[in-house]
Amino acid sequence: MKFGVVVFPGTWSDRDCGWVIDQVLGADLTYLWHKDTDLKGCDCVILPGGFAYGDYLRTGAIARFAPVMEQIGEFADRGGLVWGICNGFQVLCEAGLLPGALIRNASLEFRCEWTNLVVERTDLPYTSKCEEREVLRAPIAHGEGSYFADPATLSRLEQRGQVVFRYCDANGRVVPNANPNGSLHNIAGIVNARGNVLGMMPHPERCSEAELGGTDGLKLFRSVAENALKALVS
Amino acid sequence: MRAIVVVTPKPVVNDPQGVTVRQGLAALGFSEVSDVRVGKYIELSLEGSSEHEARERVEEMCRQLLANHVIEDFRFDIVRDGRR
Repeated sequence: MKFGVVVFPGTWSDRDCGWVIDQVLGADLTYLWHKDTDLKGCDCVILPGGFAYGDYLRTGAIARFAPVMEQIGEFADRGGLVWGICNGFQVLCEAGLLPGALIRNASLEFRCEWTNLVVERTDLPYTSKCEEREVLRAPIAHGEGSYFADPATLSRLEQRGQVVFRYCDANGRVVPNANPNGSLHNIAGIVNARGNVLGMMPHPERCSEAELGGTDGLKLFRSVAENALKALVS
Repeated sequence: MRAIVVVTPKPVVNDPQGVTVRQGLAALGFSEVSDVRVGKYIELSLEGSSEHEARERVEEMCRQLLANHVIEDFRFDIVRDGRR
């Protein structure tokens, strides 16, 4: 089982993800440079947080043209696991691998704080080690994390159960007060219809060790480590 | 030849920047402002092509990169500079 962590110019969470994979989880790790044209045999590709290419024009708008993205698109088409975290989620939306877009937080503030997330799907390679409707604690750190999709797309997402994480209170109730950024339907993370491409704004790699205040994020990494080999591909 | 591209948030998309600017204007006494939308202004210098061709090309640029159709609308003008 090998994780690949993509590094764009301006990515800042690559080493955080790498640390969890390598030091906490004990899985194989390779970094994928934005100019790489092969994925080096990775079973799961992570697009980490940061400001890829400075997020000029729009978040993720330039990153989607990186050479490595073409391979990632083909990998996703074959059923490979592609996991976008924060900026990575924004890149996946810009690349059309996930529907919708992430826009400026309703508060206009950069929000850096702990959130509660209710897990709505546990049948995915990313969440199989979570309990049904478990509440995870995970930090966010973003200025553009407000999930938007047009009404037709949004209702399709809901009907197909593609919403994986929603901001909630400590008891798992999805209430407006628990929504840190104005995301429609309190959406914190979604998956594509096939279930192999996940995008989420919260940072599981920053809550995978007790020293950092929580270990809920590690459940996602463990889930992937267990399932990645099954998920793949031709 | 130049293209003047304006990108705006779609009407259905929340624009917290616009709301904040409207509140600022109201605080300054410009209470007649009922709505503000904040977008982007992009100026492109173009070489060679005819105006017709430039229109088609700029349209494609907007679709492929300059605007995100999920959240933004765009419009543009082609301007001929008065000099060679």
